[in-house]
Amino acid sequence: MHLFRLSLPVLFGYLPLGMAFGVLFVTELGLDWYWAVAFSVIVFAGSAQFLSVGLIANHAGLLEVFVAVFLLNSRHIFYGLTLLSSLKLTGWRKAYMVFALTDETFSLITGLPKESGLQQQDYWRLAGINQSYWVFGTLIGALLGAQLTLPDLGLEIVLPALFVVLAVEQYRTHRAAGLMLIACLIGLIAIWLWQDQMLLLSITTALVLMLINYLRQRWTSHSI
Amino acid sequence: MDQSLYLISFIALAALATVATRALPFLFLSRHSQHPLLEYLGRYLPPVLMVLLVVYAVSDLPMANQQWVISLGSLILLAVTQWLSKNALLSIALGSLLYMLLI
Repeated sequence: MHLFRLSLPVLFGYLPLGMAFGVLFVTELGLDWYWAVAFSVIVFAGSAQFLSVGLIANHAGLLEVFVAVFLLNSRHIFYGLTLLSSLKLTGWRKAYMVFALTDETFSLITGLPKESGLQQQDYWRLAGINQSYWVFGTLIGALLGAQLTLPDLGLEIVLPALFVVLAVEQYRTHRAAGLMLIACLIGLIAIWLWQDQMLLLSITTALVLMLINYLRQRWTSHSI
Repeated sequence: MDQSLYLISFIALAALATVATRALPFLFLSRHSQHPLLEYLGRYLPPVLMVLLVVYAVSDLPMANQQWVISLGSLILLAVTQWLSKNALLSIALGSLLYMLLI
């Protein structure tokens, strides 16, 4: 009961978002409901799952899928680094905890007040409760979506909408207007050059440019 | 490729890529957590990536016959709402609704 109360904020986020994913998945792709549920059980990564809808619709190559999902989720590397020394779980409990370490679960367990009296054993249970909301939302959404007979609701807007929200929040945090403008240019050029592999091309180009910039910064700071 | 086979490979690779990001620190990076390259990428990769994903996702929206006004207009409304309200559900609902009504 205590854990349920702690997980309520995640419930209010995951249920509608999971439903949105389920509806979007079956209506945009015309696939059976269980594929959507399989994504939420096996992949369990919100924004990457929404991106997957677009990637499947475009029949993206599997290399592009791996690179795009890995980099989109690469922020999780820093969650792991934060928990490295404090996570005391072992065995399958630790394995599940790491598997299910979403943005929401990470912020929930790192933001817990001391007096919550939560044991490490409760962490993976909390992660499991959160995933059950996500899977349940997906299931409802996918079943609802399969019932929708309207041919075209315009749901394709949901994916760009989600990423615009995330981009706005990135700008709020980093104020990296110049950098984001360059990224936008790279993206547009990549579409113009090679629309089919736009993500792979633009992500690789951006990464190479960032590495060059990083090495240049190191070089100049060392030579001073 | 057969549709089911494609989907199964897709799910497997997406799951592998996701787990890799979550498990990497526990497996390899424990001694490099302060490495400046990791700090640099951790700071600047997310904003760059989000912009690329916006461009990617927007390029799938209808743009012909002045539809681009609706597509871009609803996303701009969404961005402004998010900037002012910081409420993701509200902004997505508002922007999407406008788009779905007009398109």
